[in-house]
Amino acid sequence: MSATALHIAFDVDQVRRHFPILKREVKGKPLVYFDNAATTQKPVEVIDALSSYYQYFNANIHRGIHSLAEEATAAYEATRDTVQQFINAKQREEIIFTRGVTESINLVAYTWARTNLKAGDEIIISGMEHHSNIVPWQLITEMTGAKLKVIPVDDNGELMMDEFHKLLSEKVKLVSVVHASNSLGTINPVKEMIDAAHKIGAIVMLDGAQSTVHLDIDVEELDCDFFAISSHKVYGPTGIGVLYGKRALLEAMPPFMGGGEMIKDVTFEKTTWNELPYKFEAGTPNIADTVALKAAIDFVQRIGKKQIRLHEEELLRYATKELQNIDGIRLIGQAKQKVSVASFVVEGVHPQDLGILLDNQGVAVRTGHHCTQPLMNRFGIPGTTRASFAMYNTKDEIDVMIAGLHKAIKLLR
Amino acid sequence: MSEVKSIAEIEEEIVDDFSLFDTWDEKYEYIIDMGKKLKPLEDEHKKDENKIKGCQSTVWMVSELKDGKVYYRAESDAVIVKGLVSMLIRVLSGHAPKEIIDAKLDFIDKIGMKQHLAQTRSNGLLSMVKQMKLDATVYLAQQASKN
Repeated sequence: MSATALHIAFDVDQVRRHFPILKREVKGKPLVYFDNAATTQKPVEVIDALSSYYQYFNANIHRGIHSLAEEATAAYEATRDTVQQFINAKQREEIIFTRGVTESINLVAYTWARTNLKAGDEIIISGMEHHSNIVPWQLITEMTGAKLKVIPVDDNGELMMDEFHKLLSEKVKLVSVVHASNSLGTINPVKEMIDAAHKIGAIVMLDGAQSTVHLDIDVEELDCDFFAISSHKVYGPTGIGVLYGKRALLEAMPPFMGGGEMIKDVTFEKTTWNELPYKFEAGTPNIADTVALKAAIDFVQRIGKKQIRLHEEELLRYATKELQNIDGIRLIGQAKQKVSVASFVVEGVHPQDLGILLDNQGVAVRTGHHCTQPLMNRFGIPGTTRASFAMYNTKDEIDVMIAGLHKAIKLLR
Repeated sequence: MSEVKSIAEIEEEIVDDFSLFDTWDEKYEYIIDMGKKLKPLEDEHKKDENKIKGCQSTVWMVSELKDGKVYYRAESDAVIVKGLVSMLIRVLSGHAPKEIIDAKLDFIDKIGMKQHLAQTRSNGLLSMVKQMKLDATVYLAQQASKN
């Protein structure tokens, strides 16, 4: 039976019942959780998966001969298969488990980029990158003498694609861009960028931290060379993430970290590497969280990504409309294609004050620069207040936030 | 008995003030009001060396030693932080360095604002307390070297 056949009509009240945390109160008010771009809450299925791993089959994986080790290994590897299907990778060996997007990007930086780049080469990133997709490349350019080029962002918070195409030259070896912006919500035209980059022989890495939970990811269709995923932003546990890489690239790359698991044979003279994907998974991996990531992906697929997206789009439309009615508000990021992120500043009001007063109403939003300082500088602001929506949020909750904003602004001005 | 109140006495006054409030809204209203009333710092003092930078908001602070007492003045770009800063100034300003260094400042906890001392709340208040005590330590050392 296909995944779609399992779909039932989307019912947000039903969905909310899967998330125990949504029952709690903050400052005596029902929790309104709008910090989903930072991390999503976990359904009971994920919490149960974590708990049952430790209760029934905790064991170190891959080399154990006993039953528990076999069961743990099977569960760990089952997640790899699930991720492979989830993003439509050709082979399971192309799915590498990491600690998260940051580690996935660093892995590519310290293996592929460090060995393939030289002075005069160029890396292109964009003006809306998270610091995780800036700093690793800065470190590599210092080591290799390669240069970092930045695609500018326009007033709507969209990439200036003309400028991107102008930056492309035979010097460019790597393009690493965010698929969907964590600060603005902008969905970047990555297919166009990948095709253009490939034409000049560059490879492309996508930061999928925000996009994976909202969009259908098909790495084969996108034809990206690397794709980074964070589990905890897809309703899964923290501390686990994925690097997808095309097999030929992964095969040619040196290992990232040395240790157990990633080796074939070790002598003091020479060590040979294990095959993919284990070459990049040194040491005892994060077994429990990896096992529970499968429960998260299964849950998302059971609810249905399309249904979730339609619900979130509706929330974003509603929030955007309601926010625009607030006096002195300025929405930061008004791209045509957005994931469910509403970022804004209010004239004469510091985001931190807004965040504190909203928390006082039980509303959790994120305030600050969202680890995208260059982007904030681009808009000439120290930071924004950001509300980001997930499958379990409701219009009623947006009303609570809007009322909280009116109250806060009145107090603060 | 001197007419100048001790740090502990001022802390107690603030705790008493806050005991009148039933809700968080009232507490924050009061803090915001104090923030708005805090005398702004002249632009000449708003320079990098006077900055106490948190993750989200910025505090500028200057201090001076006059007749054996430390006087602080400060401002922030965020008004709740400014209100908290104004309370710290009310408590610590005008006291001897040694008193300031020894101040427990548990009024912050007692009025329910301890979360603002936590790392997650922008570091602002915690760094602010540290800087105020550090200044007092420097003045104490200066006094000691003169004697």
